[in-house]
Amino acid sequence: MPKDSGIGASVKRREDVRFLTGRGRYTDDINLRGQAHVAFLRANVAHGRLRGVDVAAAAAMPGVLRIFTGADFAAVGGLPCGWQVTGRDGQVMKEPRHPVLAAGKVRHVGDPIAAVVAETLEAARDAAEAIVADIEELPAVIDMRGALAAGAPLVHEEAGTNLCFDWGFVEDNRAATDAAIAAAPHVTTLDLVNNRLIPNAMEPRAAVGDYNPATGDSTLYTTSQNPHVIRLLMGAFVLGIPEHKLRVVAPDVGGGFGSKIFHYAEEAFVTFAARALNRPVKWTAQRSESALSDAHGRDHVTRIDLALDREGHFLAIRTRTLANMGAYLSTFAPSVPTYLHGTLMAGNYRTPLIHVGVQAVFTNTVPVDAYRGAGRPEATFQLERVIDKAARELGIDPVEIRRRNFIDRFPYQTPVAVAYDTGNYHATMDKLVAIADLAGFEGRRQASARKGLLRGLGVNCYIEACGIAPSHLVGQLGARAGLYESATVRVNATGGIVVMTGSHSHGQGHETTFPQVIADMIGIPESQVEIVHGDTANTPMGMGTYGSRSLAVGGSAMVRAAGKVIAKAKKIAAHLMEAAEGDITLRDGKFTVAGTDRSVDWGAVCLAAYVPHNYPLAELEPGLEETAFYDPANFTFPAGAYACEVEVDPETGRVVIDRFAAADDFGNVVNPMIVDGQVHGGIGQGIGQALCEGAVYDANGQLVTGSYMDYAMPRADDVPSYVVDHSCATPCTHNPLGVKGCGEAGAIGSPPTVVNAVIDALQRGGHRHVTHIDMPLSPARVWAAIRG
Amino acid sequence: MARVTMTVNGKAVAGEVEGRTLLVQFLREGLGLTGTHVGCDTSQCGACVVHMDGAPVKACAVLALDADGAEVRTIEGMASADGTLSPLQQAFQDHHALQCGFCTPGMVMSAAALLAGNPRPSEHEVREYLEGNLCRCTGYHNIVKAIMAASGQGAAIAAE
Repeated sequence: MPKDSGIGASVKRREDVRFLTGRGRYTDDINLRGQAHVAFLRANVAHGRLRGVDVAAAAAMPGVLRIFTGADFAAVGGLPCGWQVTGRDGQVMKEPRHPVLAAGKVRHVGDPIAAVVAETLEAARDAAEAIVADIEELPAVIDMRGALAAGAPLVHEEAGTNLCFDWGFVEDNRAATDAAIAAAPHVTTLDLVNNRLIPNAMEPRAAVGDYNPATGDSTLYTTSQNPHVIRLLMGAFVLGIPEHKLRVVAPDVGGGFGSKIFHYAEEAFVTFAARALNRPVKWTAQRSESALSDAHGRDHVTRIDLALDREGHFLAIRTRTLANMGAYLSTFAPSVPTYLHGTLMAGNYRTPLIHVGVQAVFTNTVPVDAYRGAGRPEATFQLERVIDKAARELGIDPVEIRRRNFIDRFPYQTPVAVAYDTGNYHATMDKLVAIADLAGFEGRRQASARKGLLRGLGVNCYIEACGIAPSHLVGQLGARAGLYESATVRVNATGGIVVMTGSHSHGQGHETTFPQVIADMIGIPESQVEIVHGDTANTPMGMGTYGSRSLAVGGSAMVRAAGKVIAKAKKIAAHLMEAAEGDITLRDGKFTVAGTDRSVDWGAVCLAAYVPHNYPLAELEPGLEETAFYDPANFTFPAGAYACEVEVDPETGRVVIDRFAAADDFGNVVNPMIVDGQVHGGIGQGIGQALCEGAVYDANGQLVTGSYMDYAMPRADDVPSYVVDHSCATPCTHNPLGVKGCGEAGAIGSPPTVVNAVIDALQRGGHRHVTHIDMPLSPARVWAAIRG
Repeated sequence: MARVTMTVNGKAVAGEVEGRTLLVQFLREGLGLTGTHVGCDTSQCGACVVHMDGAPVKACAVLALDADGAEVRTIEGMASADGTLSPLQQAFQDHHALQCGFCTPGMVMSAAALLAGNPRPSEHEVREYLEGNLCRCTGYHNIVKAIMAASGQGAAIAAE
């Protein structure tokens, strides 16, 4: 009988009711009295000198309150970068200023030049069209190799180069890796592109600024995954507003996938303008505006070499990657191709020598930053594609070559800094073989062949580092932030509990899962526990939700705070029952004196804490509320094995995914239904990357995939039903819940699975010359590959 | 500005709109019915689907003036007056067919229209019908499952 409450139960989500009845409260649903509206004028060329902005005609249009340009922001800070990478030469990365509104130059199509604040949105948009920006167009650098060529136009003249940094990891292994590859019996080399993506949370970004002149308080409502981070970045680095005079609220947020981590210009603008105009100011992106202003993801170009012995044992891995930063450094951009990528290059395998080289490049494109998986999908894609190619070259089964190299002793210190605490890769592979029915593949292949279709099977593994991150470690690696999480557990006088968490839920279901944990710890119904998140005014300083960290880090903070509450409650219970504190146990919402039938229930202890008539006031403060900050000891390392079967139509190049199975190890699971859903969604996005999606610029820097007419989002009939399993659990060894994180796995593991399957189909179909196709595997690309 | 009147979720409403005002703007800003969402500007995402005279429409592609005199139903009108979810809404909760909730109103309205015309669709028909509704969170699996369950075909989905 499955559990119906507490840890391990598929409790239905309480937040669903408001979303299913139209009563969610997203940022664009917020309308403040007297609110004005913003329209941005954005650059329509990729690179140009901004000679002047003539706002006179626009300013005279009806309803226009004020027009802002870059000059208005000369005295405030630029948008800060939260991670400083140091290159191989010991030099820190180039970190050019990123102004709120463009000053001097525009550097990508979509770079905001001016902002109109008007009585209505229509008036603001009409006036924005009447602004005349005098731009001397400059040659643009779009392609990364072109950007690094001698004499290339510079995105930032003051940087003196388009190379943001040249990073090597681990540099001590560079020469040894080169030597091992030179001497190896077999080397498999693959050139590949990790296609640029637009994250496309379904809710476009929005922001509402408010200012109270009587108190001097500013409030920003924004579509953010981490309101405290935005408050700190915007308050301290951009606008100079101290935290106690600035409140940031991230209400219901319609998906993030990384793109709503970052501090964006529009947030700073509405906060600034609300104060300047003494009115609430609102902005909501149109989808085409999102495409030109949300940080994009991926966009790596890589050569990977895998050295093996004749039996397929891995000897060394070398990668050389160009990583696109876009025109400015987005908040965490430098961390993605470096520490979130290089540290995962060992994958699930024993490889004695690894060296990762990354050159980060400025181009005249939208900034690129973390997108679901962030660095880890890029690492996994390279590794699992090159392993597949090597297996084929050596005539070893793709499952067997992986098994032959699996790490099977833990803890395991990789040659790329991180140490995996636990895992069981053979078990997840065994599980995959069963749930994917790999034994039945040949029969299905023959059935496809009878229809004239080429069936292929792709199998691969992944590992990720989640639960980010130990602050002392990331500090050494260049993070300008700590990566702890916080929680306050407030017990009310009548026994109900409110948990105020620094994590933010924008689809993950924290409002349901966090109470499952608390209810289990105390033994009260989940309905007695409420979660508050998303508002700096009523949550402790927290770092927010990304990197599959909410339960592993935020949940751990909550468990710690609840542990403090329980410890204090036991003292109160001991006093009430005139017993020794050490004899008190808490179970099913009842404190009992061990070895006796004396007990007092949870509610009576809570009441005593707030009505302390019979209470040890000399030793104990009244009240029952505790806060904890949890800084993880290590990353967590979820891992898994994925399988995909495709049918390729050799006449058209069309790929149909027929079957997809995922066996994951997430450690302990609080709500299996929600974990399944996270994996489904990740796989859906991974299939999107593999088959459909790609942000494409033309040579002049125009984004030609700027709307859903051109950017191919995966739809319901592009994806199959998925078979998912997370029963092979090796609990995390260093956090109190033994959890690892599940949010990004699907997006990390699935792109190589799909590509491996398509290549397998073509190989089996006799198209031996096709060893790789770059994503997205559109019919045109597959057809062209078949035709050679 | 011109005056429009229509019936929304069974209630007669009226308002002044510009010629360019979209039905979705009238619902959200004019009537405060913010359950209907705007997720794109090219009528692709389907977050704004409502029913107009019984048929599903993308409210971002209908002028408010064109809905003059129409009977409109939005996500706010799908549950019973006492708050009980409709069987379709309940199936969405039971099968975890939503995560961030942003596409959900459009998904529910589209699915309701599908089931009204085709009470026992195949999984393939459900997937094809949802072509005009984008979801970024669920990978569609549980949405399809919920719709199949709401049509009384709980076991018909291939996986699980």
